Amino acid sequence: MSDQRPDPDQLLSRLNEEEARTRRGKLKIFFGASAGVGKTYAMLGAARQQLLAGVDVVIGIVETHGRMETEVMADGLECLPLRDIPYRDRVLKEFDLDGALARQPALILMDELAHSNVAGSRHAKRWQDVDELLAAGIDVYSTVNVQHLESLNDVVTGITGIRVWETVPDKVFDAADEVVLVDLPPDELLQRLQAGKVYLPHQAERAIRNFFRKGNLIALRELALRRTADRVDDQMLQYRRDQFVSSVWQTRDSLLACIGTGAGAEKVVRTTSRIANRLEAPWHAIYIETPTLQRLSEASRHRILRNLKLAEELGAQTATLSGSEADQVAIKYARDHNLAKIVVGRDHPRSWRPWYRSFADRVGQQAPDLDVLQVARSETEHDSGKHSRAAVNESIFDQWPSYAKAAAGCALAGVAAAALFPIVDLPNIVMVFLLAVVLVSVRYGRGPGVLASFLSVAIFDFFYVPPRFSFAVSDVQYLMTFVVMLVVGLITGQLTAGSKYQAKVATRREQRVRSLYEMSRDLSGALMPEQIAEIGERFIVAELGARAAFLLTDDNDQLQPALPSANGLPAVDLGIAQWAFDHGEAAGQGTNTLAASPILYLPLKAPMRLRGVLALEMHHSDRLLIPEQRRLLDTFASLIAIALERVHYVEVAQSTTVQMESERLRNSVLSAISHDLRTPMSVLVGLADSMFLTQPPPTGAQAEIARSLKEEALRVSGQVNNLLDMARLQAGRVELNRQWQPLDEVIGSSLKIVERALAGRTVKVALDDELPLVEIDFTLMERVFCNLLENAAKYTPPDSQVSIGARATASAIEIWVEDNGPGFPGGKEEMIFKKFERGQTESATPGVGLGLAICRAIIAAHGGEIRAENRPTGGARFLFTLPKGNPPQLEAELPEVEEKS
Amino acid sequence: MSSLPKVIVVEDEANIRRFIKLTLESENCEVFEADGVKRGLIEAGTRRPDLVVLDLGLPDGDGIDFIRDFRSWSGIPVIVLSARTAEADKVAALDAGADDYLTKPFGADELAARVRAHLRRHFKTGSTESATFEFGRMRVDFARRVVEKDGQQIHLTPIEFRLLAYLIANPDCVLTHRQLLKAVWGPSHAEDSHYVRVYMGHVRKKVEDDPARPRHIVTESGVGYRFLP
Repeated sequence: MSDQRPDPDQLLSRLNEEEARTRRGKLKIFFGASAGVGKTYAMLGAARQQLLAGVDVVIGIVETHGRMETEVMADGLECLPLRDIPYRDRVLKEFDLDGALARQPALILMDELAHSNVAGSRHAKRWQDVDELLAAGIDVYSTVNVQHLESLNDVVTGITGIRVWETVPDKVFDAADEVVLVDLPPDELLQRLQAGKVYLPHQAERAIRNFFRKGNLIALRELALRRTADRVDDQMLQYRRDQFVSSVWQTRDSLLACIGTGAGAEKVVRTTSRIANRLEAPWHAIYIETPTLQRLSEASRHRILRNLKLAEELGAQTATLSGSEADQVAIKYARDHNLAKIVVGRDHPRSWRPWYRSFADRVGQQAPDLDVLQVARSETEHDSGKHSRAAVNESIFDQWPSYAKAAAGCALAGVAAAALFPIVDLPNIVMVFLLAVVLVSVRYGRGPGVLASFLSVAIFDFFYVPPRFSFAVSDVQYLMTFVVMLVVGLITGQLTAGSKYQAKVATRREQRVRSLYEMSRDLSGALMPEQIAEIGERFIVAELGARAAFLLTDDNDQLQPALPSANGLPAVDLGIAQWAFDHGEAAGQGTNTLAASPILYLPLKAPMRLRGVLALEMHHSDRLLIPEQRRLLDTFASLIAIALERVHYVEVAQSTTVQMESERLRNSVLSAISHDLRTPMSVLVGLADSMFLTQPPPTGAQAEIARSLKEEALRVSGQVNNLLDMARLQAGRVELNRQWQPLDEVIGSSLKIVERALAGRTVKVALDDELPLVEIDFTLMERVFCNLLENAAKYTPPDSQVSIGARATASAIEIWVEDNGPGFPGGKEEMIFKKFERGQTESATPGVGLGLAICRAIIAAHGGEIRAENRPTGGARFLFTLPKGNPPQLEAELPEVEEKS
Repeated sequence: MSSLPKVIVVEDEANIRRFIKLTLESENCEVFEADGVKRGLIEAGTRRPDLVVLDLGLPDGDGIDFIRDFRSWSGIPVIVLSARTAEADKVAALDAGADDYLTKPFGADELAARVRAHLRRHFKTGSTESATFEFGRMRVDFARRVVEKDGQQIHLTPIEFRLLAYLIANPDCVLTHRQLLKAVWGPSHAEDSHYVRVYMGHVRKKVEDDPARPRHIVTESGVGYRFLP
């Protein structure tokens, strides 16, 4: 039962994936075995159908190669202009990505997904352009040949003998929403080729003719069919999973590819990637640096880094590890990361050393629980031996002072032995030489140690072993001595080299940790972004030997250099930096985006958001390829980003404190003013009233004066209230006392207040029956209605009709107050909301023009909008919205029966 | 000395005090003045007043403290004077035990009307415990739990009835949302003031002639409700 139930995490991640996919555009790939099978033709045909269906189709780039039938198909489809890119002394045409993004078609045709863009384009590869188009929600049709698939690249090379350099990562192919196989039997293809219907570039015509052999074509066709079948198989699996058909959940096998120094390593990487894809398993690739591998030639080093990068591109997690025993390190890594299968290249057969056990054997013996897969060597591997030998020669040449010193040490030992010879026995003379060998090994490492061993044996034999002054040995026993001396020298040398190497690695690590620690300590004391940038630059220069500059965001999210280019990092391209910032991805040197730039741009990712971009100019660009260096750089970047974020929030906190303080001050000033203004008003009103209470009561004229005194005082008081309200509303954030209220209550209460001002004008209230509660500040909203109604009363003749209405829309409550008076003077509908602005500039109508400005401020504080318009049937209308929000549910009342019982 | 009702006016502004005194004296009240919380409490303790008019902003203390002290030993009506924007102060004063409030600036008529209503209520207390109550076109029979409009019985839910009964029991007083919630729904609902508003709307629709312009159940902006018989 339970295994029928899908894992909720899996479901969730699938939902997320589906959501991400619906936002993205859809990629449809027309897939063929080789050039000439008619992919472009098929793509154009499909596009025409879409066009007929009314879809906005454009051609991004299509190579018709002058073929009539293809050109006819492309006819009538809108074609985006290509961009001119100056390249050396020529101008090359290339697809215009920004133009396409600006055009925003529904569907775009992008021929030849594997195409490499002209240097100077944003991305190195066309599939990266396509990725950006998809991310912008544009559907893409594209074409791919089987030999362009990254993981099949070496297989195709093996079959055809032609290496294809333009490749598409498998993940792009696998992520395509649809793959259409365009198939043509080899015979027909050959016919077409003979009829000249297949485009061949002239310069490589012969090589390509060679490519189009029937055997090749059959093999390629099989590859294409199988790859498509795999994809369909995956879809079937996916379907089964979706429908919960499957009752068997595979335990996930994960793989570990061990990258060696030889050329076969590339094959190991590609094979592992293929197996991992088939198993749908995650995989890792590691390179283990042992003391033996320390002194590799530059070429081998490069190859290792390239293979690591390839593995990363093929989807592996990569690492460079160090240790003295490669097999143990690999096993530990596999266990730590729960990787069940280890893939290694097959070692050279070493028949002359029968005791030698290959790496695979050693791993197999030490970890019988792990599967070890051996990958056959490729034929081209032999050249690696030459390389490494050359490297050794080079290193001996480099180290000649050590060897000279070793020889000098042996000579010294010989002299010392000569001095001792008369006094001590021969075995003790051996000890002197042994001491020399050990000392030389310890001091200068393995090579000089070996030399010292041999030299010592020779000197000892020549000068001291009878017969003296000849290499002949009379006593066979001395052979034993020679062997021991040699072995001791070798072992000591080996041990020393190992411990030296470990010490070097440990020192390096310690230095790295210390500089990270120091940087984080310094960063924690920094109070300004400039300080952080200065600290960051200092440490990056010291640790990575790179020049660095920080570009930080200003208030408008624009990147600005943090320091006025103090150490003069040249030519930081703000465009690339902005791209890296917007996409949250590294760009520039050593990345997939604009790799031609000499500077690497790393976005500074902090927990909350991106804080800026770090621009780096490395002297040794390939150092970026070493995963450790990259990780160190990333750690630097994230430490800096976190420090920037901390500083940012400190600033936010400070400004909030200042704001709160000034708010408090403003409030106390306001309430002091309002008290001082209102008290005399109250006194005035009260005193005017009390004139009626005096004895004798006031006469007719006196009473009239007292009455108007009181009225004017009340009016001034009202205006003072308006002014104070405006001041309060403008003084910063308005503190709303929001509660869920029925709208009719506010309206009723407002109508009662303005009853006198309306002076007989009829007010019709028509609210929707099903109007939900609204979350409003009662007194402020009452003020809005009062002001709008007073406004209506002021500007309409006494017999006018005013009506109030409201209805709920999908997201808001819409409320209007309208009259059938003269309406607004033309064009003044927006002006009237300004402070001290009135419909008629000079008129006897009292007021200062604050009422509507207050309305707007109050409604804006509620998150709504207000506008004024003339009704088509005549009269003015004020229309405002309030957000709907989530009105609370009322608990239903218990039935009456229970109440009574 | 005399049977005139005694009113204590606690207000620091002398001119306002004088105006109130004049108004109340013309209503045949005996007025005692106080200019602060302390003085007010002494007057209230010694004069045995029938009503207190209290300004909330006093120089030597908060009017709300006065109400709390005063309510611990007296139940006579208290009318609070306050500025327009200080709704929170009014609610706090009413919750502390004040019966009504007046917003400054106010006229003599308003003051006189409020004082008359509260004195009438004060003197009537305990004398009439009638089982029925009539206002406007309505007649409420508490014993039978029946409400009639023009003699026609109308249906009220239990909560609506309790709400109406509580309003009738406290005529002319301003009742805050909190007080109504506590009295009708019980103390557990003290924060759900939208209940009061919604049910008050229901009661109004059944009781008022024009629910959009209520005559008996009047909204006091941002504070609560007042029942006018």
